[in-house]
Amino acid sequence: MVPEECRFTKEHEWVYAEDDVAVIGISDYATGELGDIVYVELPEVDTEVQQMDPIGTIEAVKTVAELFSPVSGTIIEINEEIIEDPETVNKSPFEDGWFIKVKMDDPGELEVLFSYEEYQEFLGEQAGE
Amino acid sequence: MSATIFEKGTGGVSGRYIPENDFPEERIDDLISRSGEVGLPRIGQQDLIRHYVELASKNYHIDKGMYPLGSCTMKYNPVVNEEIARLDGFTGLHPAQDEEDVQGALELIYNLESALCEITGMSAFSLQPVAGAHGELTGMMIARDYFRGRGEDRNVVIVPDSAHGTNPASVVICGFTPKTIPSNDKGLIDPEILEKEVNEKTAVFMLTLPNTLGLFEKEIARIIEIVHRAGALVYMDGANMNALLGLVRPGSIGIDIMHVNLHKTFATPHGGGGPGSGPVGVREHLVDFLPVPRVVREGGGFAFDHVSEKSIGKVHSWYGNFNVFVKAYAYICACGASGLRAVSENAIINANYLMSRIGKWYDIKYPGPCMHEFVASGRNLKAHGVRTTDVAKRLLDYGLHAPTVYFPLIVEEALMIEPVETEKRETLDHFASVMERISIEARENPQILHDAPVTTPVRRLDEAAAARNPDLCWAGPAGGPE
Amino acid sequence: MSFIQNTDSDREEMLRATGVSSFEQLLSPVDPALRVKGDLKLGRPMSETEVRSHVGAMASRNRPAGSLASFLGGGIYDRFIPATVRYVLSRSEFYTSYTPYQAEVSQGTLQAIYEYQTMIARLTAMDAANASMYDAATSLAEAMFMACSIKRSDRILVPAALSTRVRAVLESYAAGRRIRIEEVPWTDEGTMDLGRAEELFSEKASALVMANPNYFGMIEDAARISDLAHSKGALLVALVDPVSLALLSPPGEYGADIAVGEGQSLGIPQSFGGPLLGFMAARQEYIRKCPGRLISATTDIDGKRGYVMTLQTREQHIRREKATSNICSNEGLCALSAAVYLSTMGEDGFREVARQSAAKSHALYRLLSGVEGCVMPFGDNFFQEFVVRMPGSSESFLSQARAEGILGGIPLSGDYPLLGGDAILVAVTEKRTRAEIEKYGDIAAGKGGGR
Repeated sequence: MVPEECRFTKEHEWVYAEDDVAVIGISDYATGELGDIVYVELPEVDTEVQQMDPIGTIEAVKTVAELFSPVSGTIIEINEEIIEDPETVNKSPFEDGWFIKVKMDDPGELEVLFSYEEYQEFLGEQAGE
Repeated sequence: MSATIFEKGTGGVSGRYIPENDFPEERIDDLISRSGEVGLPRIGQQDLIRHYVELASKNYHIDKGMYPLGSCTMKYNPVVNEEIARLDGFTGLHPAQDEEDVQGALELIYNLESALCEITGMSAFSLQPVAGAHGELTGMMIARDYFRGRGEDRNVVIVPDSAHGTNPASVVICGFTPKTIPSNDKGLIDPEILEKEVNEKTAVFMLTLPNTLGLFEKEIARIIEIVHRAGALVYMDGANMNALLGLVRPGSIGIDIMHVNLHKTFATPHGGGGPGSGPVGVREHLVDFLPVPRVVREGGGFAFDHVSEKSIGKVHSWYGNFNVFVKAYAYICACGASGLRAVSENAIINANYLMSRIGKWYDIKYPGPCMHEFVASGRNLKAHGVRTTDVAKRLLDYGLHAPTVYFPLIVEEALMIEPVETEKRETLDHFASVMERISIEARENPQILHDAPVTTPVRRLDEAAAARNPDLCWAGPAGGPE
Repeated sequence: MSFIQNTDSDREEMLRATGVSSFEQLLSPVDPALRVKGDLKLGRPMSETEVRSHVGAMASRNRPAGSLASFLGGGIYDRFIPATVRYVLSRSEFYTSYTPYQAEVSQGTLQAIYEYQTMIARLTAMDAANASMYDAATSLAEAMFMACSIKRSDRILVPAALSTRVRAVLESYAAGRRIRIEEVPWTDEGTMDLGRAEELFSEKASALVMANPNYFGMIEDAARISDLAHSKGALLVALVDPVSLALLSPPGEYGADIAVGEGQSLGIPQSFGGPLLGFMAARQEYIRKCPGRLISATTDIDGKRGYVMTLQTREQHIRREKATSNICSNEGLCALSAAVYLSTMGEDGFREVARQSAAKSHALYRLLSGVEGCVMPFGDNFFQEFVVRMPGSSESFLSQARAEGILGGIPLSGDYPLLGGDAILVAVTEKRTRAEIEKYGDIAAGKGGGR
């Protein structure tokens, strides 16, 4: 997934849309903040989710972050590899370290998310705080 | 690294510790259903003692040096208390013995409860909770049953964002919903915000006094008034009671429920993580809700009172950590009224002195007088690529223990420092000068800090690997045939 | 006796360096109206000599079970404690250290607790154990929470033959979340009524708790109970006595999901019931749902073996209101006692403790079987503790025995009216001698005194 082609959330998740399927992961900024990811809990396939529902957890050594679904739809695939080997998320946040794939109810929901440029601006504002 | 006791205890011979069975004729083989051995070591006494002495040598401890852990009150543990607590008259008591045979123990419990009431201004205490978090939970149960008894449906407990993690966790176990309120820019509870949050759903407002930043809530009287006006109770986490002895009595200012930590304020040792003791005190209107049994005076002696219609029941199998009571009681006797006041005065003086010294090198987000502890921040070192963890690890190289780090959460790169009253000025000076040196190192040669510690039995450990694939028990063989 | 070392001149200089002229100035945030007026009514400070004699006098006003022939049990036992335990426990490197938050300077505590976890896991034959809980009762309460969260039902089944104190703790813990606790009665043999248990499963339950041995000392048919729980989609939570596990099939062998128990028997003095040692072990798949601290082996940056606290994201200091438990301080030093005790006694010595406890309790049982009027309602399938009804009133038997230096047992009638008026619970550990056991029999037979 090319970061520049992804949409982003304030929770530092990215979404890459292939037709009506959204691939979802967390940004390299998020992995940097969390540090070594040690455990990932993902929802079951076929779970129906609403936009911004909490759907899983990402655990580092001394922090826990919640995973939200940036879009509404049905979970069609989860990345078993990051459950087996959570380090993958640190190593490759935009490729092998993806989390879930959601069949979107409404791809229009993507519009409310940040574009790559907007996300970079958002990160800049955060750093300035 | 030391081999495990299992490696050392393979194929050896244990000593003989109990006499021969004097009922050899008794056949019990029919009872045996375990299929194999347990897997315990077989090791001779000399090597066993060497094993534990070797482990002992790898621990930092108060008898070795200063332990500036904020909110932990790592004060000196008087050695005479250990001796007294080991008397057979205390350690040999079975909790189901006849009351006549345990009069001394009941008297000690009674006296300790009375002393805690006098110190805190509460009406009664239960010594049953065995840890601070256990005391919090007990306090929440008392609040729960109090409101259920009144037919009031109150399910929210308000907690400031500077609270210790056990507070919200205890709240949830008790079936309440925690609601966090932010601290203001002075690190204190904002009465305006509190006023907006309390309503007919509020059961309890839970605060720590002084708070985890080491600050006394200036508006405490108003805060208590706001909570009471809404019909809710005020719970005080007494973890920081070391600042208030003989100075402020929580019960006298309107606190409804509180716990104290005997293993902090009253000098009982921490034991590498426990046992502690977290007695819970309440004011008059809540006395009937305390756990049972309670110790009462009866005739010329003391007795257990097991009956209270309104009691929350029990939170421990027996009466709590009795052996810890013995040490705390001995400590209170040694200090007396004047001594306890001196404890808090000296704790406060030591903390302010150390803050003024360390403030030259580290950021103090909330300046002004502190109580028994203060929070510094390592954020001005971030520009040099140094984090608070690195400062903590470097302290270990200088033979000191690190402060509490990354807590409270509302201070970035927090270093929470509690020097306690028993440390002498020279020790504080030494700690301050080491902190100064570390801040210079951070600016001039940050790599030293990244590499630290280098003088400890092991260096930085791979916590991520442990969390990804926890190795919680030794998999190798043990025992082996005799 | 003061433990403060600074002098008046130290204090003056420190105040000056702080930039204030008096201590009172440091208290400026405290409204004077809130301050204590005058001194606390606690008396003057005592010297070390006075403290020793004042508190020591309280100790001497007790008549400790440890110096008598104690047949008291019910979860706390008078057992032999090897000298190694007190020696290690009195080393201040262990008892004056804090929770091992700075792992590099806490390897002693960490390794000792790791070894303790290993011993508990081996005793129970479970995959892993945690670093300790407060006592058996609170461990069981935490296991109840675990089971309810795993199985998503707020109902659990517990045996009626459970300590009423443990039951009371379960109730107070359960009340907040409105967990329903229902009782499985005992049969004529004093063991769990499986038929009734099956009926109670007509409604979903998260867990079936089995105490083995149960409160009356009886050994349960653990394998069948385990099968029943699992066939009903519930977890099996086993509450076990650690010494019994040297002889009895351990929870892991019969498929228990969580095992908890009281570790006081493992080198910890009775101390009027505290501190105790709750232990908890679980199957691998439930480790992340476990309460409390866990120690893991790992390596340092030089590749050297070392130990750390792990899976901390479960705990309150990180996960706050979403933590698996609120526990923070545990009973670390008691866990160390257990580790030293078990490694001192070793495989063979520990088994001998269990064998002698069983042999001696069965010897007393046989002796009492021959006493006219003594009734043992449940038979002899027990480990080290059994119920007996005395010919006369239990009260008069117990007081006569006490007069002769024997603590005869715990009266049960108040808590278990079904057992009849004069039932007592008798425990016999390896410490009891032939002479004491025979004397017990004599008193029961009305032949006490004079001997």
